[in-house]
Amino acid sequence: MTAKTLKYYVTGILALALAFFVFVVPFLFIIVNALKDKPEAALLHFSWPTETHLWENLVAVVEARDYMLITAFINSIILTVVAVTGLVVFGAMVGFVLQRRPSRWSGLINFMVLAGLIMPPAVVPTIWLLQWLGLFKTLSGLILIEIAYSLSFSVLLFRAFIATIPRELDEAAILEGAGPFTLFFRIVLPLLKPVAVTVIVVQSVAIFNDFTNPLYYLPGAKNATVQLTIFNFQSMFNTSYNLLFMNILIITIPPLIMFLFFNRQIVEGMTAGAVKG
Amino acid sequence: MMTLGKKGSRRGLAAAYPTWFYLPAAIVFGVLFLFPTFASLFFSLTRWTLFQYSFIGLDNFRQFFSEPFLVWGLVNTLIYAVVTSGSKVVLGMLLGILLTSNVMVRGLLRAIVFFPVLVSTIGVGITFTMLMHPTNGLINDVIAVLGMKGPAWLTDPRFALLSVAFVDVWKGVGLATVIYIAGIVSIPSEYYEAAKMDGANALQRFWNITLPLARPATVTVIILSLIGGLRSFDLIWAMTKGGPGFTTDVVASVIYKQYQAGFYGLSTAGNVVLFVLVAAIVVPLSFVLNRKEVEA
Repeated sequence: MTAKTLKYYVTGILALALAFFVFVVPFLFIIVNALKDKPEAALLHFSWPTETHLWENLVAVVEARDYMLITAFINSIILTVVAVTGLVVFGAMVGFVLQRRPSRWSGLINFMVLAGLIMPPAVVPTIWLLQWLGLFKTLSGLILIEIAYSLSFSVLLFRAFIATIPRELDEAAILEGAGPFTLFFRIVLPLLKPVAVTVIVVQSVAIFNDFTNPLYYLPGAKNATVQLTIFNFQSMFNTSYNLLFMNILIITIPPLIMFLFFNRQIVEGMTAGAVKG
Repeated sequence: MMTLGKKGSRRGLAAAYPTWFYLPAAIVFGVLFLFPTFASLFFSLTRWTLFQYSFIGLDNFRQFFSEPFLVWGLVNTLIYAVVTSGSKVVLGMLLGILLTSNVMVRGLLRAIVFFPVLVSTIGVGITFTMLMHPTNGLINDVIAVLGMKGPAWLTDPRFALLSVAFVDVWKGVGLATVIYIAGIVSIPSEYYEAAKMDGANALQRFWNITLPLARPATVTVIILSLIGGLRSFDLIWAMTKGGPGFTTDVVASVIYKQYQAGFYGLSTAGNVVLFVLVAAIVVPLSFVLNRKEVEA
């Protein structure tokens, strides 16, 4: 074995061991403790459970507080699906006109897009406004909020992608008699599929994982989203660590599935959005 | 007949790409983001119950810069943002170099480093709160095996903020890494080959090729993680709720606490302080960083 191949294996094994220790062990810690019974999990040890309680803990977490997790999952799924649909359609419409037709509005819109990326939202005035609109503590209100806060990211990605679609296509469609509506929804939008997938995947993970906005704009146990269910099992004196970790495990599964199927799009989208931002 | 392109008339463009396409986005963004932002400038000058307000001038801001627990929030925000951003640049670059080199199981390593980015921040925060438990936590167990005694990571005021910052870096370094990977991959390999022929060693190649040419990635990572760091709330809330005392309070957690306590005017003033802070740091910094890039 040459020195070079030796170095290859040593670096590789070292890197893998370190990555395992730093990044994988915390997840294994969640898994093993989600399988324990309450007293054993309370020890917080990183050890295989003496008895596994997978099904028991799963049922306990799902049933807790009158099936709150189920309601929360339904809420989170509605929130994510509707908000992401809005982000794709509205973002693509803006990106399309912004890229195709520079006008005196373009400067202002570009500025707004940047502001939307950088600026933290003003919380209490938003609550005041939502109350006035009758949207405070409603899922519809939160959906609109998520759209408003993530539009910038969506517009940036769509605009960049639309720049790669030849204008001749638009011209051909218009010569065929297509109006702007047909042009966009029937001809351009279907071509945006790759970037739309990216926006959908990145934003669904972000919105599904969002904690702050539901905390402010959708408070109350009745219409909780999944991120707020974690706190069900954490109390000052009597935390059920096994159920807490089981809950964390359950709500990690949707992003994990996204990651397994769309790893490439997620990484591309996040880097592209970042670099162009 | 309508034509587009350079010779196309203004009307032709307008017909094909109508301004009203902006409308749905503009309404949602304008009403739910811009309007509250402008309203906050006004309400930050009031004592406010959401139903009525009384104008009190700059009192809220005066309070913000004089009450120790509010000043703590401001200082902590800056420390937190700088520490997390700096660490993500350094670690992200090192990982980026490692994961673009010819390393074993490269794809698996990339996936492992990136996955925490996609996991619930609250879940990560709570898990690490357990791992950092002073007597039962896994981290101190490991330190004990090495024959030392680990500190009370989250309850000792000297370590609490940095401990939370560490978890932020743990969760976010994957994003910095993929940005660096994209940046490093785009550097033409001829540069490295030429440098090798001239006898440059690995460190020289890093210093003279990778570092300057990965600069756009560095700028992106700095700006992105500064914005994230300055606005950070959920991780801190999941781990310490600002405690012990106010030692891990940041502006965003102060905003939430004042809101919960019913001090809506003060909370809104905190919001104004936060976006002035973000704008005052991020805008000039991105200007300077991007300009130097052009000169170089």
